[in-house]
Amino acid sequence: MRIKIIIIAVLGMISSVLSATPSNINMTRGVTDISHRVYDLHMTILIICCLIGVVVFGAMFYAIVKHRKSQGAVAAQFHESTKVEIIWTVIPFLILIGMAVPATKTLIEMEDNSKSDITIKVTGSQWKWHYEYFDQGFGFYSLLATPAEQFDNLDGKNTDVAKGEHYLLEVDKPLVLPIGKKIRFLVTADDVIHSWWVPAFAVKQDANPGFINEAWTIINEPGIYRGQCAELCGKDHGYMPVVVKAVTQDEYAVWLDEQKQSVIQAKKDAEQALASTLTMEESMTLGESLYITRCAACHQPNGAGIPGVFPALKNSPMILNDRAAHIDIVVNGKAGTAMQAFKGQLTAKEIAAIVTYERNAWGHDTGDVIQVSDVDAKGAK
Amino acid sequence: MEQQTTNYYVPAQSHWPIVGAVGLLFIAIGAGMTVQQMTSEATSGSWLLTIGIVIILYMMFGWFNDVIKESDAGLYSAQMDRSFRQGMSWFIFSEVMFFAAFFGALFYVRMIAIPWLGGASNNEMTGQVLWPNFEAIWPLVTTPAGDTTQAMGWQGLPLYNTVILLISSITLHFAHVGLEQNKRKQLTAFLTITVVLGVVFLFLQAEEYVHAYREMGLTLSAGVYGNTFFLLTGFHGLHVTIGTLMLFVMLIRVIKGHFSPERHFAFQATSWYWHFVDVVWLGLFFFVYVI
Amino acid sequence: MSTLSTAQEHDEHHDHKPKGMMRWILTTNHKDIGSMYLIFSFAMFLIGGAMAMVIRAELYQPGLQIVEPNFFNQMTTVHGLIMVFGAVMPAFTGLANWLIPMMIGAPDMALPRMNNWSFWILPMAFAILLSSLFMEGGGPNFGWTFYAPLSTTYAPDSTALFVFSVHIMGISSILGAINVVVTIINMRAPGMTYMKMPLFVWTWLITAFLLIAVMPVLAATVTMVLTDKYFATSFFSAAGGGDPVLFQHIFWFFGHPEVYIMILPSFGIISAIVPAFSRKKLFGYSSMVYATASIALLSFIVWAHHMFTTGMPVAAELFFMYCTMLISVPTGVKVFNWVATMWRGSMTFETPMLFAIAFIVLFTIGGFSGLMLAITPADFQYHDTYFVVAHFHYVLVTGAIFSIMAAAYYWLPKWTGYMYDEKLGKLHFWASLISVNVLFFPMHFLGLAGMPRRVPDYALQFADFNQLVSLGGFAFGVSQLIFLVVVIKCARGGEKAPAKPWEGAEGLEWDMPSPAPYHSHTTPPEVK
Ligand code: HEA
Ligand code: HEA
Ligand code: HEC
Ligand code: CUA
Ligand SMILES: [Cu+2]
Repeated sequence: MRIKIIIIAVLGMISSVLSATPSNINMTRGVTDISHRVYDLHMTILIICCLIGVVVFGAMFYAIVKHRKSQGAVAAQFHESTKVEIIWTVIPFLILIGMAVPATKTLIEMEDNSKSDITIKVTGSQWKWHYEYFDQGFGFYSLLATPAEQFDNLDGKNTDVAKGEHYLLEVDKPLVLPIGKKIRFLVTADDVIHSWWVPAFAVKQDANPGFINEAWTIINEPGIYRGQCAELCGKDHGYMPVVVKAVTQDEYAVWLDEQKQSVIQAKKDAEQALASTLTMEESMTLGESLYITRCAACHQPNGAGIPGVFPALKNSPMILNDRAAHIDIVVNGKAGTAMQAFKGQLTAKEIAAIVTYERNAWGHDTGDVIQVSDVDAKGAK
Repeated sequence: MEQQTTNYYVPAQSHWPIVGAVGLLFIAIGAGMTVQQMTSEATSGSWLLTIGIVIILYMMFGWFNDVIKESDAGLYSAQMDRSFRQGMSWFIFSEVMFFAAFFGALFYVRMIAIPWLGGASNNEMTGQVLWPNFEAIWPLVTTPAGDTTQAMGWQGLPLYNTVILLISSITLHFAHVGLEQNKRKQLTAFLTITVVLGVVFLFLQAEEYVHAYREMGLTLSAGVYGNTFFLLTGFHGLHVTIGTLMLFVMLIRVIKGHFSPERHFAFQATSWYWHFVDVVWLGLFFFVYVI
Repeated sequence: MSTLSTAQEHDEHHDHKPKGMMRWILTTNHKDIGSMYLIFSFAMFLIGGAMAMVIRAELYQPGLQIVEPNFFNQMTTVHGLIMVFGAVMPAFTGLANWLIPMMIGAPDMALPRMNNWSFWILPMAFAILLSSLFMEGGGPNFGWTFYAPLSTTYAPDSTALFVFSVHIMGISSILGAINVVVTIINMRAPGMTYMKMPLFVWTWLITAFLLIAVMPVLAATVTMVLTDKYFATSFFSAAGGGDPVLFQHIFWFFGHPEVYIMILPSFGIISAIVPAFSRKKLFGYSSMVYATASIALLSFIVWAHHMFTTGMPVAAELFFMYCTMLISVPTGVKVFNWVATMWRGSMTFETPMLFAIAFIVLFTIGGFSGLMLAITPADFQYHDTYFVVAHFHYVLVTGAIFSIMAAAYYWLPKWTGYMYDEKLGKLHFWASLISVNVLFFPMHFLGLAGMPRRVPDYALQFADFNQLVSLGGFAFGVSQLIFLVVVIKCARGGEKAPAKPWEGAEGLEWDMPSPAPYHSHTTPPEVK
């Protein structure tokens, strides 16, 4: 009997949901007190809805089975009853109040950003995250680490390339945070709207350009937590993961020291680089690898761009004829377009290498080797 | 609510709708291409746009002509008249909502966006970190990015224009009274005055725009103050232009002897439209200029 | 032009129709225009569906196999736009055209010429929208919600065409809605009081009001997008004092009522079909009317439930959460009333009834997930994941689309004069019912497990479900071809339909012969 099949199917669906453990078919319980409360809230409403569903559909299918013409049912005449109408207006209303109370409590707590221990400024841009350790004075970019061969199979050549365990959910430098501290996030964006989301923390906050939104978390357990950008932000919206590495407070302190050391080291490197002379060969190798990771998303590996969206660099008059403008646009970007300033993102040496690469790849062969000082003159460090 | 349905006139066929649809096609493509071509030399877009507008004007002329003929032939019942009137009222309601959206944008930037940029509400860090030098005031004469402009006062031209529009609503009312009482002279005279007032309004507004652009640095792109100012007054001005044209057509028809005290839907509709445009201006004057 | 022919002339050659293409292009007849709307809408459903197939094919396995991300985004965007503005809304307008004059005892729509104009604008608008896909840089790729600044500063060059195509779509909807309102208010037969109108008419009256209220807001939104992109305004840019979130407020002020525009007429359809096949009067007629009106009114004050993560102050979040939750109450009243109508009825299960029952169950499931989304803290986890995609496909596909299918089966005999093929109809139903759940149910799991929407590629733990979803999608797509066959067969012939093919059906339309004569009630019927 079809009807029975349907009933069984529906009950099956419901019970599969109800019995769902935090696995890959249900919301994660996460690792913060808030995320636990959100999870509980989610399960509570889900179960209430399922129960209402069972009652309503149960009544309906009972009628469908019993009150069918083929069973000789004769239609009753009633078509009104103020009493039941009031009942089924009031009862759902009360149920809703029952849901609203815990929801309100949780929400008010989630929005209480005061008394934080650590502040991190999170900035989204096409298509990477920038983390600034607000009170420590350093920061870094965090980019997708999955190599293009693993996902780009448009020409059918990469069918056999195995995908890594954390395919699309891995970055070059994760955000490192201590457990047990109240961490406040200042979320914003440089270009379009992104959304910073870590399911395990139950934190999802839109990154609106020109505004700062706040969110916070206290992580209970060390671990690596993965999320993704959750607001359509253009072509590579799907390739903008968030990875957070939660460590103990001691480990965090060690890590902070290392970072500060490397900031000092980087300054030294930059000074040295300024004094050194880059060779064509060195620049081309470095430039190519950087171009592929940082520029090819828009301008494509072969420099052809995407006509109408991202300009081709191959045979670009600017590159061929105007060296200064070429350096300038890479260093400072072009306001009001997707071409962002790379001066904070890459070192002067790296920019020099990329520009050299662009000036000599794809048959350009200008023979120019850009030096760090050329780039430094435009404002890059 | 009994309706008498006998003899509701259903026109058999008409080619005006398809003409109108093609006209809109041209306008949409033409307008789209025109803005795309603003930075280039190409003019194909504006040609298409012009063709589209011409087609639409042709359609309106022909369509209304048919309606007038049908009406003169006595095909329309009182019920048909009600359909027209209700249709027009709902159309004006849709226009109200169009302006409401822009007013909503204005209120939002004034009461929410700009204070937030200055650090109000839950945006303390927005002000401190991103726009430390920004001062949240209205009119927004200095944008967060630092561009400056000047605010348009309400004295002078805007005030004159308010008075002009208010008077024009009154004169139009007298014209209508004249029509209803079959005093054709009063009708013609007051309608003429209304048209003239409409034209004067537009002239003064053009004057104001020139002044804003030339002397005040207040342009369409001068931050949200300029944006809301020009979009609201601009769309209003567009409506005044259309309204004036409609009034002008009514004037010609009046001179030709159209309309009777009982049957003058087109006149009625135009006058509703004009009063609506007037009310919008009052809102504008108050929210855009005065406070 | 025979525009001067009179109503009397019509009566003389009663079923005289102009021939050929010109009949359709120049027509002022509500049935012709209704048919054109319905055909147009089905064509759009196929095109939008084909785009969904591209989406599902790309998502069949992780990695980029078929389309590049930029094109994928265009598919997502245009799929959403076409389904919403090209398939569902015109289908309802087509039904309104066909049915409202017959149901209220009117000769035609109140403004027949304008009616034709409303229709013919649509093919123009969609021709522009679709052709923009072929422009350099591609068509709209910023989601059907076109959030700024992705749709302004960072948008492709074709955005201007998108804007103007939305403009004329809006004109079409507004004119169509004005026509419906005026028809209902002004053209009812003597005795057809408001509280005697069929619910389909009631729901459409309220829908038309929503349309007239919010389509102009959409027009204003796209206008601001246009000026931000091309005229250097900064409504949606903080540097000039604007706010990207302002865009979302205005868009959703339109957008939320818009989703009810796509469901209220369904409620009307179900309220016609369920009593007919239960052979029992609709339970709680007047509370149905009030519930519809409450849903419509509430729909104006819940818009920001799409924006919980945008950083609104907590008081605003609470307000919008409460209002949104409230909508469940009147919607629940509707569901309960349908069940009460079936209760102790004498039911049979022809295809329209099957679709109607499926509607009640599956729409309610979609409503439940909607309620879950309304719970702000939980929405932080659900937002912009496939859980949302599952929610709105349940209310839109198994809601709106299923109700349209139900309506088509229910009134096809009246339209064509022939019975449709019941066997094929049932096949269509069962194939659709099973595949649609395979298609959309696992999306809930995907969303809960953390798969974001609008991505062309995904992490490995989502692979199995996505494959299943895609298979369900292909099956559902193929199933719709059965519907095409049924309709074509029914239009071409078959068993002759009596005036009232359904035993329990009520309403003036069933007093007319099948197929309904070219001109509806030329003399107003008696309404008891
Ligand atoms: C036909 C279209 C339609 C309909 C009818 C609805 C109905 C509802 N929707 Fe949905 N919605 C959409 C179309 C629709 N939605 C779309 C297209 C989107 C996504 C847009 C985008 O981002 O692209 C969306 C997104 C969306 C969101 C935003 C999610 C996000 O992006 O984070 C929310 C949040 O509150 C929401 C809520 C609701 C609610 C509460 C209802 C309610 O009306 C549902 C009420 C019904 C019931 C609850 C079931 C029946 C009731 C009972 C049986 C009574 C007893 C029940 C209880 C007391 C629990 N919807
Ligand atoms: C009424 C509206 C409506 C309808 C009917 C549908 C119908 C379908 N939709 Fe949906 N959809 C939306 C409205 C709708 N959609 C909206 C608003 C969005 C959001 C867009 C955005 O994010 O901006 C969306 C987004 C959306 C997504 C998410 C995309 C993303 O986030 O990246 C997906 C993914 O699976 C999807 C799938 C489908 C499928 C498989 C169908 C199927 O039901 C379609 C079935 C129909 C056919 C297939 C056509 C008939 C058959 C043929 C033409 C023959 C050919 C058939 C084969 C080759 C098999 N849709
Ligand atoms: C997010 C997309 C994006 C990324 C990433 C990007 N660009 Fe661009 N780039 C653009 C866009 C868009 C333009 C066009 C700007 C305009 O409108 O003039 C552009 C323009 C340019 C130009 C000028 C081309 C011309 O002919 O005018 C150069 C050179 C350039 N980019 C180099 C780079 C380099 C080097 C990198 C990486 C370090 C890079 N871009 C990364 C989007 C991007
Ligand atoms: Cu960044 Cu999506
Ligand atoms: Cu909504």
